[in-house]
Amino acid sequence: MTLLGWAQIALVLAAIIAAAIPLGRYIAAVAAGRVTFLAPVERAFYVLGGIDPGRGMGWRGYTLAMLAANAAGFVLLYALLRLQGALPLNPQGFDGIPPWLAFNTAISFVTNTNWQAYSGEAAMSYLSQMAGLAVQNFLSAATGMALALALCRAFVAGGVSELGNFWADLVRMTLYVLLPLAILVGAAFVAMGMPQTLSAYVEATTLEGATQTIPLGPVAFQVAIKHLGTNGGGFFGVNSAHPFEGPSALATSLQIWAHQVIPFAMALAFGHIVGDRRQGLALAAVMLGFVVAGTAAIYAAEAAGNPLHLAAGLDPSQGNMEGKEVRFGQALVALFTATTTGASNGAVNAMFDSFTPFGGLVPLFLIQLGEVLPGGAGSGLYGMIVFVLLAVFVAGLMVGRTPEYLGKKVQAREIKLAMLAVLVLPAVILGFTAVSLVLPAAIASIQDAGPHGLTEMLYAYSSAAGNNGSAFGGLTADTPWLDTTLGIAMALGRFAYVVPVMAIAGALAAKPKLAASAGTFPTHGPLFAGLLAGVILILGGLQFMPALALGPIAEHFLLFAGKTF
Amino acid sequence: MATNTRRAVMLDRALLLRAMLDALRKLDPRRLVRNPVIFVTEIVAILVTLLAGRAALLGEPFGFQASIALWLWLTVLFATFAEAVAEGRGRAQADSLRRTRSDTPARLLLRADDRTLWQPRAATELRVGDIVLVEAGDLIPSDGEVVEGIASVNEAAVTGESAPVIRESGGDRSAVTGGTLVVSDWIVVRITAAAGSTFLDRMIGLVEGAARQKTPNEIALDILLAGMTIIFLIAVATLVGFASWNGQPPSVPVLAALLVTLIPTTIGGLLSAIGIAGMDRLVRFNVLATSGRAVEAAGDVDVLLLDKTGTITLGNRQAAGFIPVPGVTEREVAEAAMLSSLADETPEGRSILALARERFGIEAPALPQGAQVIPFTAQTRLSGLDLPQGRYRKGAVDALVRSIGGAAPPALRDAVDRIARAGGTPLAVARNGQLLGAIELKDIVKTGMRARFDALRRMGIRTVMVTGDNRLTAAAIAAEAGVDDFIAEATPEDKLAYIRKAQAEGRLVAMAGDGTNDAPALAQADVGLAMQTGTQAAREAGNMVDLDSDPTKLIEVVEIGKQLLITRGALTTFSIANDVAKYFAILPAIFVASYPELGALNLMRLASPESAILSAVIFNALIIVALVPLALRGVGYAAVGAASLLRRNLLVYGLGGIVAPFIGIKIIDVILTLLGLA
Repeated sequence: MTLLGWAQIALVLAAIIAAAIPLGRYIAAVAAGRVTFLAPVERAFYVLGGIDPGRGMGWRGYTLAMLAANAAGFVLLYALLRLQGALPLNPQGFDGIPPWLAFNTAISFVTNTNWQAYSGEAAMSYLSQMAGLAVQNFLSAATGMALALALCRAFVAGGVSELGNFWADLVRMTLYVLLPLAILVGAAFVAMGMPQTLSAYVEATTLEGATQTIPLGPVAFQVAIKHLGTNGGGFFGVNSAHPFEGPSALATSLQIWAHQVIPFAMALAFGHIVGDRRQGLALAAVMLGFVVAGTAAIYAAEAAGNPLHLAAGLDPSQGNMEGKEVRFGQALVALFTATTTGASNGAVNAMFDSFTPFGGLVPLFLIQLGEVLPGGAGSGLYGMIVFVLLAVFVAGLMVGRTPEYLGKKVQAREIKLAMLAVLVLPAVILGFTAVSLVLPAAIASIQDAGPHGLTEMLYAYSSAAGNNGSAFGGLTADTPWLDTTLGIAMALGRFAYVVPVMAIAGALAAKPKLAASAGTFPTHGPLFAGLLAGVILILGGLQFMPALALGPIAEHFLLFAGKTF
Repeated sequence: MATNTRRAVMLDRALLLRAMLDALRKLDPRRLVRNPVIFVTEIVAILVTLLAGRAALLGEPFGFQASIALWLWLTVLFATFAEAVAEGRGRAQADSLRRTRSDTPARLLLRADDRTLWQPRAATELRVGDIVLVEAGDLIPSDGEVVEGIASVNEAAVTGESAPVIRESGGDRSAVTGGTLVVSDWIVVRITAAAGSTFLDRMIGLVEGAARQKTPNEIALDILLAGMTIIFLIAVATLVGFASWNGQPPSVPVLAALLVTLIPTTIGGLLSAIGIAGMDRLVRFNVLATSGRAVEAAGDVDVLLLDKTGTITLGNRQAAGFIPVPGVTEREVAEAAMLSSLADETPEGRSILALARERFGIEAPALPQGAQVIPFTAQTRLSGLDLPQGRYRKGAVDALVRSIGGAAPPALRDAVDRIARAGGTPLAVARNGQLLGAIELKDIVKTGMRARFDALRRMGIRTVMVTGDNRLTAAAIAAEAGVDDFIAEATPEDKLAYIRKAQAEGRLVAMAGDGTNDAPALAQADVGLAMQTGTQAAREAGNMVDLDSDPTKLIEVVEIGKQLLITRGALTTFSIANDVAKYFAILPAIFVASYPELGALNLMRLASPESAILSAVIFNALIIVALVPLALRGVGYAAVGAASLLRRNLLVYGLGGIVAPFIGIKIIDVILTLLGLA
């Protein structure tokens, strides 16, 4: 680790926080309908859709609207992918995507996962990229943000049955938040050298006289929303490690900024919406703490390097550079990795499969903790609030009152729903992985033996269920078994989680809002932040310990004993 | 005051023996299914026992499996034992209550207005609405309302207080309790509770735990614990798949050990004991809650409505001076005050006579023939006497002025203001519709109240003084006592309105009350503490009854509620925090066969995989027993703000919960190794 490396990390994090603070206030204003500079466009959508934006929806109506919108998105995307061969904007003449892969990809982009069992430049037409994947990048992010806003509104007042209008939230988040930011960031990426063109791939002759096909496409703006919406699905197969998708350290820094700023801003917007900024700050502080700790852990592990390489006489100051781009360096790779996995983004600018075992453990664990650090656009906030409710419930009794959060009593119904939501990740991740480790058809996809191979499979299901979408590598993902089960894992990770969360929102909204007093459990300040971090680790992380012990943890100790896989 | 007369039943040998038998009886899976964590533990224990038995039959080594099975059974048994001990202590009290019931036949009156016509009827056959006569030496057959007569009643059976109390028809002391003894005179009682549902029956049911239902918070906590159990069940079951990827999956007893140590058995085993003990603490404090829900609500209270008289002040206001208006002598005021108070038997009234005698040597005459007594009512708020020589009135200043018509003379207003500002209570005195002056009554705030209110404020609880005094008087006493707010000139409607308003603002309100007119407010309040001496209506409306009839105890009730919740939260936190150390004990032990390098995780340097697993299971079982006294006694509670309370408890039970098992498991491992058991 170097001082310069840490300075880079600190600079990017400072830029994130500096932007998240005003953005949080702005998102709260947009959510309240106070931002209207695109009112005619906004109104046009409502007229076209026959929507009354002022009509509030109960939690059921809101959830059903969300499910309907996502189901429609899935069908459209699936059809587009299957039919792309017959559709325009296909200069390379790619065929339609086969059924299993189209199923997997459509679910992947609808659920904001962006798990990619294909390589964009070798499979996707420009139309599929722009009208299919990029559109879902906007909609899935706006969906997450809308759901989070609905949950935020449950804490505002007592005896409320309506959580807002899903369609209005969806339109406003897209129009006023995602679109303007994507235009700014996309333009910046063009300036930094990313292609933005509809022309066909370029044939080049190399110095050796061989021909090389250089893929192009409308990259810059799709990459902008890929990060801003915490989607992570790369235009190219190697994602942000590709020179056209991550041309420079500056571009990779802007990408990190882009996939962190909205999740942090959402946490701060929560404070504004519930009328107590400190509440949002506490959540953001916990998120930031984990981002810093995760970055430090990866950075330390990778900078320390592989003991076998060092024993073979490699320069110790280089650390482990395998699978990393020299134009980024270890510091930005560590920060990118911690943020992309903590934020359910899933873009990568390095290959996790080549990390040291401990360096690879960190992104895996960050995903398994529930994608709340800071989590996806919106989904990070609602996932974090579920942990807050559990923390308040477990420890809140210790101040001598029945548990409450922001004046809302946390009772049997909320706990039942929260446990239902929390059950999804371990059930899906551990269940599918355990089956896949004994099923011959699944085992065939695993590249490496021993604990490393186990990690490859565990990572895939963690990434899918956590709606992260990053790949560890070393796994042949495009098989019927993996396409199907990972697709199911993604759908469950998103919808089986969020439906109970919305039911919690409905239950909490209906409750009276109790006044705070000196006897009220304080849900801001360092003490609460520490408690929340502990609950995330214990209730979110402990159940994965046995699996991790057999994967990266075992590999770590084996590596230092001289055994590799 | 007979607080704490119902002394703690010690953990004596008979009680423990009975608890052990009950603990065995509670192993019945049909009963245990109510407790998901311990139920799962029992299923696992049965499974491991069968496996150990099979190994023994096949002649395979079975010592390790049998040891795990044994300690899993002990885990279940310790949990049922904790509940049995808590119930046992309540049952001992119930037995002593039950002995006071008797089957003496009651005298059922055939006609309500004729005391001579009655027939014997067994107490158990009385119906609601029956009218019975109870004479000196009789036990009151069932709960009821005195409709005629006055008697002194020994209520030691329910209150533990042997000094008899007066029960009479009308007024706020008309309720009688079945099983109490009339020691003098007679009363006619209308029965208000059928056999089996009397106050005493309810009390027995409550302390016995028979009528105990899970409270809302307990239900929620049970769901959390069940959810955690399912999560760890998934983690352990899937381990078979994970482990088979590389090497042999662990054996079932080892997986069973991992599962049982990870699921929250500690809090699962102690949860109901904590709840029972909390109710028990309340009973010991001579307060009966109609449900555990009420005790939880007590912990949540953030507004306390306290009557000024008797709760905040000593209640015997004393006359301290006579202040005449211009043109009237002080003696004239004293005389008029004395005459208007002739029929006033309250301590205030007596003190006026005493002051008149002391200052002016005016001896109070006997009540003259033909005098007409004007009694005090809550509506008129004045009283007096009509004599041939004049009509004498005294009462609340504004009420008296209004009754005369016209305005108070400025001099009187000044005097009244001065008295009120000094914390006294002014009464106006009039003769034949002419205002003569004022009487100054002084009220004495009980010692120590200020400190208690300060403590309540630190806990985030606002205290509100309720008084019939005027605003100025109320403000002065409120300031002296240190309460946060007051309701002056309070009518029952005012109280009700205040409670509704506080609740609309999202606050939970507790109040104490005894009179029939308190009943609506008692029912509206989240915690309504009715006085045992109060009316039947008040006792029905409240959700707690104070057998000592001491409204000050509302404060302790809140503290007991808080202590119950804190104990539950502390042990939950401790139980969950324990998991960290158990992983470090068991995971390396399980996987060290496949990956010897994972031995590096064996931070505690436990001797062998077998001793590590066994030590974790033993610790997991013993910690339940070790925490039983804490669960029964409750976690210590200090009246500090929530933030410092949380800091302290998180440190002790959160951090302590992480550290304690590291030490405990290591010690057990050392002992096992020394004994050569593993």
